[in-house]
Amino acid sequence: MSAQTEPSGQEEDAPDAPAYVEFDSVDKSYDGVTQIVRDLHLTVREGEFLTLLGPSGSGKTTCLMMLAGFEMPSAGAIRIAGQRVDAVPPRKRNIGMVFQNYALFPHMTVGDNLAFPLEVRGLDKAAVAERVDRALQLVRLEGFEDRRPGQLSGGQQQRVAIARALVFEPRLVLMDEPLGALDRRLREEMQFEIRRIQRTLGVTVVYVTHDQQEAMAMSDRVAVFNAGRIEQVASPEVLYEEPQRPFVASFIGDNNLLRGRVARVEGDTCDVTVGDLTINAFMVAPHAVGAEVVLAVRPERTGLAGDPGMYTNEFDVAVRDLAFLGDHLRVLTDVGGQAFVVKIPNIVGHGGVLAGERVRIGWATLDCRALRPGDQAAA
Amino acid sequence: MPFAIGRGFAAVSARPGRAAGHYLHVAFCVAVFVFLIAPILVVVPLSFNAEPYFTFTEGMLRFDADAYSLRWYNQVATSEAWLRALGNSFLIGGCATALATGLGTLAALGLSNPAMPARPLVMGLLISPMVTPVIISAAGMFFFYSSLGLAQTHVGLILAHAALGTPFVVITVTATLTGFDTNLTRAAANLGAGPWRSFRRVQLPLIAPGVVSGALFAFATSFDEVVTVLFMGGLEQRTIPREMWAGIREQISPAILAVATLLIAFAVSLMLVVEWLRRRGAART
Repeated sequence: MSAQTEPSGQEEDAPDAPAYVEFDSVDKSYDGVTQIVRDLHLTVREGEFLTLLGPSGSGKTTCLMMLAGFEMPSAGAIRIAGQRVDAVPPRKRNIGMVFQNYALFPHMTVGDNLAFPLEVRGLDKAAVAERVDRALQLVRLEGFEDRRPGQLSGGQQQRVAIARALVFEPRLVLMDEPLGALDRRLREEMQFEIRRIQRTLGVTVVYVTHDQQEAMAMSDRVAVFNAGRIEQVASPEVLYEEPQRPFVASFIGDNNLLRGRVARVEGDTCDVTVGDLTINAFMVAPHAVGAEVVLAVRPERTGLAGDPGMYTNEFDVAVRDLAFLGDHLRVLTDVGGQAFVVKIPNIVGHGGVLAGERVRIGWATLDCRALRPGDQAAA
Repeated sequence: MPFAIGRGFAAVSARPGRAAGHYLHVAFCVAVFVFLIAPILVVVPLSFNAEPYFTFTEGMLRFDADAYSLRWYNQVATSEAWLRALGNSFLIGGCATALATGLGTLAALGLSNPAMPARPLVMGLLISPMVTPVIISAAGMFFFYSSLGLAQTHVGLILAHAALGTPFVVITVTATLTGFDTNLTRAAANLGAGPWRSFRRVQLPLIAPGVVSGALFAFATSFDEVVTVLFMGGLEQRTIPREMWAGIREQISPAILAVATLLIAFAVSLMLVVEWLRRRGAART
């Protein structure tokens, strides 16, 4: 793993709000051998909805647990509002948290669950009741005070968990795959709900998920985790349009990844040899002639080249297979000996594409990004 | 589990071909219960014997009212020895139970923590009083406590009974803790609760069934324990079983039948309380 010196995309453009949470060169290892989190730098801005996205075991939940105080970094520092929190126990951090399985107290009513953090803080009865009411209103569960968690549906328990994490008015709220247990429809509804609440209160949220659609739908910015490192931190749009690494390119949406070698460099574009083809690509970072690169081309940014010269890159390829998917047609071809998918929108019918035939496909230079190969195979 | 048998029977009784077999099954179960309970139940009418015998008199068999009396109950209620034994049993049993429950629960909490080193070893040590023959622990404790000046004292007996009762608490609480969601204590900490508040408000209410049944086992252990009391107790520390032992060996008085009947009533009400607690707990979750 010689990725230490590579530009990792961890440093982002100048923040527009002050930093609230900072991970500074954080390492985490449970056994001193396997690094769960490696040299992590991350800044969460005040009032931001930031999602830690990655496959399971990529270190995102460990980061959340370190932030909550349930795990200690093996090295490096975590700062909240400028203060190092290494020595601060979880109960003194004043951070709201929604656990994966909600962790509602089953022997207490909804009202008692919400009152718990307020009583701990020594609020008097009237203030507790008032805040519990307000929190239930916020999650649209008025009148549920006397129910027990076991009497609620999954979605309602979810709302109670969110209300409990907010009722003591923390400035930072952590959410650990909070929608994992819900069915698809409810999940989408709750995504909007959580976003609405976060905007209403202006709290900073750090959200963990392995679902890229969820991350895209909810977040101001997304930190893409892979094998204990952050591959890129950016807004959903930037992650999709300008992935810095092959892992991000393939993890966020679909991408064709072609391995090749730089043959010629001109300005911020280059010619890359892939098999017996030469492809003109946009350079994300400067590459030297002869360097190995991975080209990322989104299937929906490719198309049939009706008139020659429509695209800067055009090739005659064999159609190996195709699938009709209603709104679009997926055409499996190969480019330079590597599998390549072309997505043709169903606007003008098939366009006469048939399996076994040869078609001319193409894409623009700007839609073909030359990335430095990652040290991890793309998922 | 008589309820379970009843349900099982009801479920298959619709099929006449197999009903006979199940009647047989039920009859066998009833026989087992009779065998288990009859020796206990027979004590109850005998305790109302008007005569100083351990057998049914002819009058009793004819249900002659004069053949029955409360004289043995009266004797127990007025006997200094029995009242002292009763007091001792509850004092020693109560203190030993409190000690065993507190220590056993703490031990179970510690043993459920994955970070605790040498867990099987410590668990084994704590459980050992349950598997060691009581006569051996009693003899050992007698010599050890004598050298500390604790033999023939209430404190000595309380400590001895606490040691015998702790394993039950450790086992029942450990069993309850295996089903305990550790995220709940994390949530409590995250919401600002210190360890004590987290334990009292969140963990203890949820493991209470294990704590209570462990405490009842510990109390029952102390309450019917006679071997340790024989070794360690003096005249002043005689508990009910010890007094019954003396009653059979020295006086042969049906008063012990009256005491036995009272103990049965006590045990039954304890079990009813436990069942009531269990149902209340089940209804709450």
